Amino acid sequence: MAERSEEKVPTVVADRVDIVYRVNGTGAGRGSATAALNRILRRKQAEKAAGVRKVHAVKKVSFVAHKGEAIGLIGTNGSGKSTLLKAVAGLLPVENGRIYTDGQPSLLGVNAALMNDLTGERNVFLGGLAMGMSREQIKERYQDIVDFSGINEKGDFITLPMRTYSSGMAARLRFSIAAAKDHDVLLIDEALATGDRSFQKRSEARIRELRQHAGTVFLVSHNNKSIRDTCERVLWLERGELRMDGPTEDVMKEYEAFTGDKKPAAKKPAPKADATKAKPDATKTGTTQPDAVKAGLPS
Amino acid sequence: MSQVLHTPPPTRAPADDDLAALAARHGLSVSGARPTLPEYVRQLWARRHFIGAFATAKLTAQYSQAKLGQVWQVMTPLLNAAVYYFIFGVLLGTKHNVPDYVPFLVTGVFIWTFTQSSIMAGTRAISGNLGLVRALHFPRAALPISFALQQLQQLLFSMAALVVILLCFGVPVSVSWVLAVPALVLQFTFNAGVSMVMARMGAKTPDIAQLMPFVLRTWMYVSGVMWSIDKLADKDDLPHVVTVLLEINPAAVYIDLMRFALIDSFHASQLPPHVWAAAIGWALAAGIGGFIYFWKAEETYGRG
Repeated sequence: MAERSEEKVPTVVADRVDIVYRVNGTGAGRGSATAALNRILRRKQAEKAAGVRKVHAVKKVSFVAHKGEAIGLIGTNGSGKSTLLKAVAGLLPVENGRIYTDGQPSLLGVNAALMNDLTGERNVFLGGLAMGMSREQIKERYQDIVDFSGINEKGDFITLPMRTYSSGMAARLRFSIAAAKDHDVLLIDEALATGDRSFQKRSEARIRELRQHAGTVFLVSHNNKSIRDTCERVLWLERGELRMDGPTEDVMKEYEAFTGDKKPAAKKPAPKADATKAKPDATKTGTTQPDAVKAGLPS
Repeated sequence: MSQVLHTPPPTRAPADDDLAALAARHGLSVSGARPTLPEYVRQLWARRHFIGAFATAKLTAQYSQAKLGQVWQVMTPLLNAAVYYFIFGVLLGTKHNVPDYVPFLVTGVFIWTFTQSSIMAGTRAISGNLGLVRALHFPRAALPISFALQQLQQLLFSMAALVVILLCFGVPVSVSWVLAVPALVLQFTFNAGVSMVMARMGAKTPDIAQLMPFVLRTWMYVSGVMWSIDKLADKDDLPHVVTVLLEINPAAVYIDLMRFALIDSFHASQLPPHVWAAAIGWALAAGIGGFIYFWKAEETYGRG
């Protein structure tokens, strides 16, 4: 048995975290001119009356993560898992409370920085630079990234624009770029279900490798098996509230009873992601999805 | 499963006040807090390669589906100039007052487009790239600066076309062309600064992007893109304040500087008074002011 928390070094501390999204143009007025005018005139006093809807995505969540832990985040769709992860990464401002971190946690995922009209090769550089790698580091790892993605297995595809890739190929390249960097605190949002079976195996191996280098790993997934395989501790979020926090098996049992499947349903390999086609340019549409793979996952 | 044996006991979160103390004891920093200004500058400098690569990538991606490809980089500004020439040169006959009207007009259009596109792109720099802002960690000022840089690269293509036009219309090559470089550097600083101001405002109120085209069009018509400000300034019926305002207008300053540098028939006497001082002043005021204004809200970008 491990020691009590006094002995361990905390890497992420969440202190009563609230996260609220504000959405313009909803509610009574549905974006009509009067509602908009109302919104401008009455600004602070009555956000709700003026058609600004507040979505309370995460409510008073507190936890302490320690060095060397791999923590799974589970919960039904829309329970605030990804939102919490983004807040830990410092990418989404919190409404109340504080999140303290050791170093800079990074979210595994680069697709927002990539451009479909550019070649795979240029996207490797662009994605690497966006993650804060230097040109030399990228050059050093370039061949590894391409080999890992397996893009060139069926011909010289890396010099073609990314829009010509199949959705699976694009997803594989994205994961390969994202996984090229080592992180202190690593946050993974359902990246495990990328590509075909052989690529999934390679990704899982790479995640384990990243885990060894990283101090702490957070994994959001609907795949109960990959949570069991990867994590020893699980946080269960439901409607933005922390419902349970404990050893994987305890929490998973409760969770499976809650969702109503005794046997984990997501045993079969996930279907290929189709989201890439629907969102040709994630940077333009301003999508909040950190990874297009999401849409293709079974829940 | 074997992991279960090694599982740490459930760490029930300690009492609320303890958490902040625990974090402080282990030297954890607040996630997503705004860095100090020098630290911010340092981070931004560390991302300079990303800024450059992002700008070039955006520029290249723009025409990658067109058959003519990158030829459009030069074609677009040329067609723009042709349209303005047709309307203001041929139909309205403004050219009778200005020697070398075509080079005069084209320089004005290109330099103005640089400022206009930078500001437009800056307005959407955060609000149009929320996906990027919410996925990766980097100083957000990289975005508006990168967009301004993209426009600068675009302008360099236009300048190549401009040189051809100048030579075709018999404007001689002269030493003063070198002055185009400092003029461009100053204008870029000004544009990047205004972009950052607009990026912050656009991030809070995306509606501004709808309003900007009208503001910019008005600004264009008072900036002497198609006509010579000094002709207007000579008229006695204009109040002095209006003349001064027209001449101190940063867009007009940068346009006239470029005309002075490139076109031999555009004399120093046609420049507004203290033109270099004005150019440097605007660049510094917008550049530094815009940067600090943008940095002040760094931690709030990505909300909503």
